[in-house]
Amino acid sequence: MRSDASWGLKAAAIGGLLFLHLPILLIFLYAFTTEERSYAFPPPGLTTEWFAVAWNREDIWPPLWLSLQVAAIATVLAMILGTLAAAAMARASFFGRDQISLLILLPIALPGVITGMSLRSAFGIMDIPFSTWTIVLGHATFCIVIVYNNAIARMRRLSGGILEASADLGANSFQTFRYVLLPNLGSALLAGGMLAFALSFDEVIVTTFTAGQQSTLPIWMLNELVRPRQRPVTNVVAIVVFAATFVPILIAYYLTRGGSETAGMGK
Amino acid sequence: MTAAVEFQNVSRHFGTVRAVDGVDLTIAEGSFFAMLGPSGSGKTTCLRLISGFEKPTSGAIRIFGEDVSQTPPHLRNVNTVFQDYALFPHMNVRDNVAYGLMVKGMAKGPRLRKAEEMLSLVKLDDYGDRKPAQLSGGQRQRVALARALVNEPRVLLLDEPLGALDLKLREAMQDELKALQKRLGLTFVFVTHDQHEALSMADSLAVFNEGKIAQIGTPQDIYDRPATRFVADFVGSSNVLPPDLTRALGGPSQWASLRPEATRLATTGPVSGTVTALRYLGSGTRVVIDAGGTEIAALVPAGQPVPAEGATTAIAFEPSALHLMGTA
Amino acid sequence: MTAPAILPAKGAADRLTGVFWRQPRLLLLLLITPPLLWLGVVYLGSLAALLLQSFYSIDEFSGVVKEEFTLKTYAELFRAQNLDIIIRTVVMATAVTLACAVLAFPIAYYAARYAKGHWKAAFYLGVMLPLWSSYLVKVYAWKLILAKEGILGWAAEGTHTSWIIEGILSIPGLEGSSLSTSPFGTFVVFVYIWLPYMILPMQAALERVPNSMLEASADLGATQSQIFRTVILPLALPGVIAGSIFTFSLTLGDYIIPQIIGDSSRFIGLTVYQLQGTAGNTPLAAAFAVVPILIMVIYLTLAKRAGAFDAL
Repeated sequence: MRSDASWGLKAAAIGGLLFLHLPILLIFLYAFTTEERSYAFPPPGLTTEWFAVAWNREDIWPPLWLSLQVAAIATVLAMILGTLAAAAMARASFFGRDQISLLILLPIALPGVITGMSLRSAFGIMDIPFSTWTIVLGHATFCIVIVYNNAIARMRRLSGGILEASADLGANSFQTFRYVLLPNLGSALLAGGMLAFALSFDEVIVTTFTAGQQSTLPIWMLNELVRPRQRPVTNVVAIVVFAATFVPILIAYYLTRGGSETAGMGK
Repeated sequence: MTAAVEFQNVSRHFGTVRAVDGVDLTIAEGSFFAMLGPSGSGKTTCLRLISGFEKPTSGAIRIFGEDVSQTPPHLRNVNTVFQDYALFPHMNVRDNVAYGLMVKGMAKGPRLRKAEEMLSLVKLDDYGDRKPAQLSGGQRQRVALARALVNEPRVLLLDEPLGALDLKLREAMQDELKALQKRLGLTFVFVTHDQHEALSMADSLAVFNEGKIAQIGTPQDIYDRPATRFVADFVGSSNVLPPDLTRALGGPSQWASLRPEATRLATTGPVSGTVTALRYLGSGTRVVIDAGGTEIAALVPAGQPVPAEGATTAIAFEPSALHLMGTA
Repeated sequence: MTAPAILPAKGAADRLTGVFWRQPRLLLLLLITPPLLWLGVVYLGSLAALLLQSFYSIDEFSGVVKEEFTLKTYAELFRAQNLDIIIRTVVMATAVTLACAVLAFPIAYYAARYAKGHWKAAFYLGVMLPLWSSYLVKVYAWKLILAKEGILGWAAEGTHTSWIIEGILSIPGLEGSSLSTSPFGTFVVFVYIWLPYMILPMQAALERVPNSMLEASADLGATQSQIFRTVILPLALPGVIAGSIFTFSLTLGDYIIPQIIGDSSRFIGLTVYQLQGTAGNTPLAAAFAVVPILIMVIYLTLAKRAGAFDAL
């Protein structure tokens, strides 16, 4: 086998990566354009006024607040439920184990429109009015698997011996959890929480079914995309949304470096 | 002497696998007891039955006379040195050693002082601030030892503790462990698959085979008088003689063992064969003779003549050296 | 005075630990019950509600949902216009999956076999960041790119290659005033958005091909293309299938991309959204939502047989 990649392969690989990244840069560029009615390239002029305009637009703040609220609650719920599930599944094999792991995976393996439509049907049948909590219900459901994947990957890497060693040295289950399991699991859980937050903050498909008349930041953005008003303002908000997902992802990556927790499974 | 650990007809089955099968065992207080056997013979499961990480399928286990069938591991005053040491990676060495005292509620000052004392006992005085990842294999092994001993357990369990060390370090640690055990007067239960280690360190040992104890006794007993062919094969470099050969050598028609050291080369004798291999051992030469399909080894002390490969020679020995065995 | 061989239980935590030790199933049950309840009630309950809805029907005059069991709503799926939607969605999902597999391969292969050290980390991060970063922002970025006056049109004009874009837009089925209103635009954005989901499992599968195996086949006189066909491709296949589960499923259900980029022809996701919203026909929306589930069940069964789940 050649030890060096062929020129063509290298070009294709790097080209592919550029293809994945370059489009996002345009979002930044268009936040500074003076042209507010079309997406003319190159921008006829550059300005920073849109950041001030966005700041003063009153219709942006309530969705932002709602998105933060939902993401925070959904993340906490997903961290608790995902960790419990991982702790149970990392232990022994038991009857129904495969079915449970499928159930945990299902909310992200099936398209979001199904989760959304299902919840919408359930709310309809049970006459549950839309609220912050109906949004949280959906978000927590598909965030569980994110935390679960991170936690279980770490638990598998963790030498099982240290839990036994703790018991052997006289620690009860609660002490073992607090002094041995939690410190070793902490960064993986935090990473899972970060990813869950990013995912929830950005989610739009399920949310449109569970929000009713409420507007999260992504729903606000979606409306602007369909019926644009001041296009560069949308770009400013897009930068905020991008940063709110990008930063947690980067942190999650550094927290779990060396493992493969963040790989494989996506949204 | 009281029994530190007692097994009464203990079995541990995993599905259809009989990892431990009807084991009776008594370990005397203050003894250095070894469990010897090939991997999968049930010795490690026995150790885990004592620490409580396995529960017997049937039978009773007593530790200092108390039945432990309802006692979880953390309430057993027994500590383990794990095979891979299982040190806590997020704690420094001192906190690792002090862990058992911490979970039992000892205040920080006294427990760290005791941890330091224990570290100095295992000659790691200046290593308290390091993380386990910064230590060598031998040092980790000492930390694991200190971490177990600081709790003043009634029985110390060691699961192949020297397996990961290189030969020279292993020999040094063998002496150290033995000395430590003598000094502390503790009961050590030591699991190993290395027969030399077991024979040289233990006061008494049990040889495991397929979940059962094949023989239990002092090293001398087991080496000189193996009870079964398995023990003879596994423990020693003893010659195992089939019944017809035993009879040809003047014994009854029974399996027997004959140690190479007790076997001499002679010019005439009832059994003779061709020399097939020679191995120089420093203190002597191991000569292997093919006697009608059975290989018999004889140890020729240094300074005595050694036959050439392919030569024909007879064997001789003191009648008392021939040890008869069961058929198992 | 020596310590006792058996220590007394001090407090509830010690006693509870003893209970867990004597009854390991109990701890397991305690751990698994909350997540299982959540997923069972919220998720499976909702899926059941979806199924239930799909067996209801809508009164065509009053527009009120009749809560009576009927297969009428499912029969509606087989109307020509609805079948069109389903077929269009499946064709799109298949095309997107194939394109993702082709584009992903060089990246995954390079990252798995050649990238070392910092490059390896860069590749990993380079795939992971787009995967996780904001979906809507990425879609929006393509709106900017594909717009008639956007960067692509500008670049084409500058390099006198506008005829390529016009050529694509004149192909029957892909017509549009610009790429951003052509089904081809929808396709490109789908491929872009789901590409990372294909790269990661593919890379994981390729990383498990031992170098020695490739060397062995080279020793046996295989040419590069033979090695690729007979060794690498079969070993990468589980990864491709694992990745395709995502690209296929996500395309089946997406309704944001066709809404923003394309000729507003309807896909399953968009239809579900419109039916439950403006049209108020929840039963038909539910029946439509069951279609991707059925397709995915068939797909997952086939994928499982191919051993795709080992690569996840």
